[in-house]
Amino acid sequence: MSTATATGKIRVLIAKPGLDGHDRGAKVVARALRDGGCEVIYTGIRQTPEMIAEAALQEDVDVVGLSILSGAHLELFPRVVEELKKRGLDDVLLFCGGIIPEEDTEALQKLGFKAIFRPGTNTQDIVKFVYDNVKK
Amino acid sequence: MDELVQRFLAGDRRALARVITRVENRTLEGRDYVRALFPHSGRAHIVGITGGAGSGKSTLTGALATELRRREKTVAIIAVDPSSPFTHGALLGDRIRMQDVTMDPGVYMRSMAGRGALGGLAPAIADVVAVVDAFGFDYVIIETIGAGQDEVEIAGTAMTTVLVNNPGTGDDIQALKAGIIEIADILVVNKADHPGADVLVSQLQALLALSPGDQRRPPILKTIATRGEGLAALADAIDEHRAYLEASGQLAAHRAEDARHQLMAITQQLILEEIRKAAPEVVIATLTERIASRELDPHTAAEELAARVLPRP
Repeated sequence: MSTATATGKIRVLIAKPGLDGHDRGAKVVARALRDGGCEVIYTGIRQTPEMIAEAALQEDVDVVGLSILSGAHLELFPRVVEELKKRGLDDVLLFCGGIIPEEDTEALQKLGFKAIFRPGTNTQDIVKFVYDNVKK
Repeated sequence: MDELVQRFLAGDRRALARVITRVENRTLEGRDYVRALFPHSGRAHIVGITGGAGSGKSTLTGALATELRRREKTVAIIAVDPSSPFTHGALLGDRIRMQDVTMDPGVYMRSMAGRGALGGLAPAIADVVAVVDAFGFDYVIIETIGAGQDEVEIAGTAMTTVLVNNPGTGDDIQALKAGIIEIADILVVNKADHPGADVLVSQLQALLALSPGDQRRPPILKTIATRGEGLAALADAIDEHRAYLEASGQLAAHRAEDARHQLMAITQQLILEEIRKAAPEVVIATLTERIASRELDPHTAAEELAARVLPRP
């Protein structure tokens, strides 16, 4: 799977904004990306948009993946995007996953999310998505 | 001068993060950043925190950073986790235990994967440390799993090495015997509220009593990192060790030794790169096969390979 050499590894931040405490999905995705050869920074549950953006900046990640199950994505995701932009991180690849209704797809795409992965997704599709879309 | 370097020197944290990525990737460009920034380094106190998996290193590192911030010092944390030897991927989770400090503008925290770097992990870390040092942090904390040669070498970069132990893990003493204890300047018994903490402290004392009398005895401190207990004493012990290094002239000796290590490691790496350039992969593969099939011994094979860049005597 891994085509990258010791130089130029893809760095991915997997984060859970908001108050829901179920991070199995986030961990499964983190693990799949690790096995796909990425360097995955996992920050744990209950992250504020500021914490996520600050972690993305400090870790200089290429990709930010947000996981959410609480239904608060349309409140929280725009704030994450805003905090990222505030820090000049407008070139990171964004994707999200979790319990996200179909009707919210367009709103999230407009925010800059390049993909939405819902329950039942094959994790290999997520790995492929990352490798296909990161500008290296 | 490079725009990124200018932003870096002006204190832009994004520029710092970007420069670290380039340095970490060990590219030619990365070397140029080290070249540009190295003259600005040499002011920070470099602390190594090492200990087994689950010993509470990350929590302790976060709590130590909190204590140092209370003292109005700035702190950079470099947390190193292993890469998978098979996929080269890594899961870096140290930020989970450092939530309290990661939003503090006086703290910069970076997760680093081991990456099985050519020439070892230590030279790569040393470059990253030089870069964060150049940014102007008062303290740089390197956190590593204390399990082998890499850690001993990283301890060479750190001026003060803190070894984290836990009560109730009987094998600790065995691990200490294997040589890790010699690199420790401060011994910490973390999770000191767990049963067996005092027993471990006396075991460590007994072990230290065996070392020659003229040597500095590392202090043994009890901490409960999750509650921030014992952290003021740890920060004091780090500063005392720094003062001891300066007063005894060992700081200068340490810097010289570290410089020598880096010089030799980087030179070794440059020579390896030359060999890689001079020898196509097929040549290396053929030699490898011949060794594996016992047709050729590894020394003769290596001499053959090295001969591609070395003048014959």
